[in-house]
Amino acid sequence: MPDATMESGAMDEAILRVFRGGADGGKPVDYQVPVAPGMVVLDALHSIQNHQSPDLAVRWNCKAGKCGSCSAEVNGRPRLTCKTRLDSLPLNEPITVSPLQAFPLIKDLVTDVSWNYKINKMIPAFQPRAGVEWKMYQRDVDRVQEFRKCIECFLCQDVCHVLRDHAKQESFGGPRFFVRTACLEMHPLDGVSRTKLLKDELGLGLCNITKCCTEVCPEEIHITDNAIIPLKERVVDEYYDPVMMLVRKIRGA
Amino acid sequence: MTPPYETHEHDVLIIGAGGAGLRAAIEALAQGARVGLVCKSLLGKAHTVMAEGGIAAAMGNVDKADDWRTHFRDTMRGGKFLNNWRMAQLHAQEAPERVRELEQWGALFDRTDDGQILQRAFGGHTFKRLCHVGDRTGLELIRTLQDRGVQQGIDVFMECTITRLLKDGDRIAAAFGYWREQGRFVTFKAKSIVIATGGIGKAWKITSNSWEYTADGMALAYEVGAELLDMEFVQFHPTGMVWPPGVQGILVTEAVRGEGGTLKNNRGERFMEKYDPKRMELSTRDVVARAIYTEVKEGRGSIHGGAYLDISHKPAEYVKKKLPSMYHQFKELADVDITTGPMEVGPTCHYMMGGIRVDAETGQSTVPGLFAAGEAAAGLHGSNRLGGNSLSDLLVFGKRAGKAAADHAKSVQSGALDNAQLQDAEREMLAPFERSDGEFPYEIHRELQDFMQSLVGIFRTEEDLQKALGELEKLKPRLQRMRADGSRMFNPGWHLTRDLRSMVLISEAVTRSALARRESRGAHSRIDYPNFDDAWGKQNNIIVKRGDQMTLEQRPVSEMPADLKEILAEDK
Repeated sequence: MPDATMESGAMDEAILRVFRGGADGGKPVDYQVPVAPGMVVLDALHSIQNHQSPDLAVRWNCKAGKCGSCSAEVNGRPRLTCKTRLDSLPLNEPITVSPLQAFPLIKDLVTDVSWNYKINKMIPAFQPRAGVEWKMYQRDVDRVQEFRKCIECFLCQDVCHVLRDHAKQESFGGPRFFVRTACLEMHPLDGVSRTKLLKDELGLGLCNITKCCTEVCPEEIHITDNAIIPLKERVVDEYYDPVMMLVRKIRGA
Repeated sequence: MTPPYETHEHDVLIIGAGGAGLRAAIEALAQGARVGLVCKSLLGKAHTVMAEGGIAAAMGNVDKADDWRTHFRDTMRGGKFLNNWRMAQLHAQEAPERVRELEQWGALFDRTDDGQILQRAFGGHTFKRLCHVGDRTGLELIRTLQDRGVQQGIDVFMECTITRLLKDGDRIAAAFGYWREQGRFVTFKAKSIVIATGGIGKAWKITSNSWEYTADGMALAYEVGAELLDMEFVQFHPTGMVWPPGVQGILVTEAVRGEGGTLKNNRGERFMEKYDPKRMELSTRDVVARAIYTEVKEGRGSIHGGAYLDISHKPAEYVKKKLPSMYHQFKELADVDITTGPMEVGPTCHYMMGGIRVDAETGQSTVPGLFAAGEAAAGLHGSNRLGGNSLSDLLVFGKRAGKAAADHAKSVQSGALDNAQLQDAEREMLAPFERSDGEFPYEIHRELQDFMQSLVGIFRTEEDLQKALGELEKLKPRLQRMRADGSRMFNPGWHLTRDLRSMVLISEAVTRSALARRESRGAHSRIDYPNFDDAWGKQNNIIVKRGDQMTLEQRPVSEMPADLKEILAEDK
């Protein structure tokens, strides 16, 4: 939304309404922050730490959109705070910054994302087919390289309604780990099948392809179209395709 | 004794989960050791993830003439022959195998037409040598190692900061630290400890480094008596973003130049013609950084005080394919479309060539049982690192340190924990909460960054360096009065009180070493001593703690064997 005062350059302060508190409860607190050209939300949070509240908890690392540490919800939308410019937001009202909602809160903007690391561990590693020749062509790796751009910001996990609204963490892996599984499944030299895992443990069937994950991905990975849907097709082919079911029956598998 | 808090025990404890730490962990585990890996951030967020351009290995996939000898020669020339020659040799010899191994663990590099790993040109490398994935090679490397390590069964302790190493007599026995999330203390007993904590970039104002790079590992090692080597050599990467202010210092990969990007001043001149007409933009980083700095200082800088880096003569689709994150970074953070116009770039503090002095073969420091690898260790890069040689360094010497640490663990019994050392470590961490009238660390950190930037930067003088030592002295009493507010739960202000002590300590080691070296070599440029000095070219600066004093001494560089001398003498 274009803002007249921003365009004239007259606005030099922003109000950040930052969630402060922990598992026992908390509330949004307003901070007035001076605005410099090109400033991002993470700069504003650092300014609060530096000058107003040294114990404000926020994760960050590279500050360049490459590590995926500084995820939060800015004006209700899951974003990397290091890539969210203040001049892209209406500054005539407070900017709300809240922690990711799909994970348990630790403090302020820091949530417990350890569940993601547990899910990751369930996925069998890359294993080359026996006797492969280590040759791959760019056209074969292009689609997998798209998945490998993932910076594990977990914004897709945060926005996914299966996790966020229905809290199916026990039975659903979430978009991040469908991307990761796709990345292994579509590796030109990989020899392991992960379709049973996808069906039974990662709960791929629970995804009803609303594409919310794709919309928030800062790496612009086509999560739904390029990862989830092809994986769903693999599961269907293997477990629900009548011809294949017959073949399996004949082979006694 | 049993301490009143959480204690873990491993054969090998690795501090730091970037490329070096992860590679060391994988190797130590493969040797049968019980391995613990501690890191300050979440797994997969270490600075390795920021490495963009590639990993240098003489695979000869693109330029068939490449071999380890040429890589060795390039590395030694880039480091102005102050490198540990044995490390440079091992690195050049082993890097290709370490890269192939990554591929076998699932990494997917960009490909040549005949299906091999593609390699690109980079500064100071004679041949196209950098294996890469667009401009996100570091992400590929860390994710591959992370997945491999986790699947193999490393115990990972995330968001945990080590503040002390504990000794039993002369040898290493344990590490003490705190959980960043809850603020509770924790002790890790180990027979071997590998430091892989990276550098000290956060002590400078304009830096490509994140909050983590506060010299922790160098400070920990120094405090237990390990020697630090050639601390004056701090690399300023020539191309960081300069505008807008919030992004100042963020890295612009050398791959832009590797892919054909040109550097121009405000008169439209390709100024590298004056500084290195032969290699131009692909000169070494020390030369290009000084060139940009000089152009700006003499009034020929870009509108916001940098140089113009331009890749827009290449087809837009090619730029987006080979430099995707640069394209997005400039578009989103600076409103610049790099496919149609130039970027503004200037030097940014990037890498520490100096560090913990280690044995070339094993990575063992001068303290038994204490190892180091990656940026925290020193020797391979001499006075200036070539782009792409860091990722290969992490793998080659990470693996070697992991192996040696596991071997060492097999040969010793675990050391005993000393109650007095533990209590002292705990007291140090709790003190900031006991001061209600102290100073918060942020202001002290800002001052440190300001004077390290202006006094211990790209160009140095006796006067400036003396002034910096004076400023560091003035900070020391203020460090004793730092305060933290709030609780111990995820409290960045409290965390910084500890990190800042390491930064100030190691900044002093840098400044003292820079003052001593009265010559210009690689990344160390003395305006008052602008030339090479043959005597200094044959000696290293060693920093070591004696009693409570930081002492500096010089030690001769070891003599290179004749066969390696011959390689250097070849004029290619």
